[in-house]
Amino acid sequence: MFDAVASNITFLLGGFGVTLQLSFFALAGGIALGALVGLGRISKNKWIYRPITLYVNFIRNLPLLLVIFWFYFVMPIIAGRPLNPFLSAVIAFIIFEATYFGEIFRAGYQSISKDLSAAAYSTGMTYTQTARYILVPIAFRRMLPSLITQSIVTFQDTSLAFVIGLQEFVRRTSIVDNMEVRSIQLYGFVAIVFFIFCFIGSKISRHFEEKGRKTGLL
Amino acid sequence: MIEIKNVSKRFGEFKVLSDINETVERGQTMVICGPSGSGKSTLLRCVNGLEPYQEGEIIVDGVSLSDPKTNLYKLRENIGMVFQRFELYPHMTVMQNISLAPMKVRKWSKEKAQKKAAELLERVGIPEKAQSYPANLSGGQQQRVAIARSLAMEPNYMMFDEPTSALDPEMIKEVLDVMINLAKEGMTMLCVTHEMGFAREVADEIIFMDFGRIVERGTYEEFFNNPKSERAREFLKQIL
Repeated sequence: MFDAVASNITFLLGGFGVTLQLSFFALAGGIALGALVGLGRISKNKWIYRPITLYVNFIRNLPLLLVIFWFYFVMPIIAGRPLNPFLSAVIAFIIFEATYFGEIFRAGYQSISKDLSAAAYSTGMTYTQTARYILVPIAFRRMLPSLITQSIVTFQDTSLAFVIGLQEFVRRTSIVDNMEVRSIQLYGFVAIVFFIFCFIGSKISRHFEEKGRKTGLL
Repeated sequence: MIEIKNVSKRFGEFKVLSDINETVERGQTMVICGPSGSGKSTLLRCVNGLEPYQEGEIIVDGVSLSDPKTNLYKLRENIGMVFQRFELYPHMTVMQNISLAPMKVRKWSKEKAQKKAAELLERVGIPEKAQSYPANLSGGQQQRVAIARSLAMEPNYMMFDEPTSALDPEMIKEVLDVMINLAKEGMTMLCVTHEMGFAREVADEIIFMDFGRIVERGTYEEFFNNPKSERAREFLKQIL
């Protein structure tokens, strides 16, 4: 039933490996940059707040596909040499996803009432202690379900990198399909693999959400 | 001793506190009442440096808060504060809530901090809740934990910002009982509250605030039986 998949499995799974790598770098970079973007969005300094907000609003109102294209064609001009599709895609995804992660971080930081930090301060704790033992752990627990959900979305979105010729999972599947012409079987396989990964991810997200609700954190 | 001298605070054009003068001696219990928005909570927050003020001076045990060299963190170690909405750390057990500051700020060992926490839980009447999370406690229990959390730092002063106004009526007494015992044991207390029964029992002085000013001050009998200002008379009519 999956003969076309079986005979090309190494090639296909190699593509899935590229998808995983791209997801890993996009998430690591997107979450790290997003944590900073989130801080910038609640900054009282307008020289930080305004440019960050402009960046977030600008990128969030563009289709991801456009951002991927744009980086692929513009980065070589900036870098002075052609970039490989993988690097170009990683940069595009980090820039794009950081705006979404940034908004999640912003909401997490803002979800903590001023009185809760005041309560911590009034026991003599310093800003650093309050951030370390109270603010960050609570914000992180509250954000965790959204962070996982957005990570799943990012993982799914990486297939868009196929438009710039990156040989990720979907691209390699279409190459195999061009030779074998077994679309239903091949794309069905891709769907199953994506589904399994995302389904497990959403279950994990759900688990943390329920846990948070039970302990009164959400 | 807490000395508040000519303190004024503005939010932009709006004067939240104007010309506040007050002294609280060690061992005294002061009750602050007044309509909402009269600046009572703001006054408490100024005393432990959670809010800045623009004019005047607040001196706690000889240390001026106006002095930029004053370490506010150090100052707050000796001033406990209890909030209207309890503000327990939701991700920590009751035991962790109480022992965190003594361990991190006073650098006590875990054993010492937990022993202290257990004693305090006994004192506020819920020793069996040590391993519970705040979400699993009633409002009255949460507020008693919040009081224990403040007491764990062995402060010289305790401030209460409407500690019973978010509670169901049947839970108010259990919190007030803890506060009354505390006052009788000699704790210096500043309490924003409208609980007149509490004020009658332990208040050495009541101040009544309106529009950021202290309109009236006196003992419970003076304030309750013979309010001088029209505003205080109206206010008492409303809360009784």
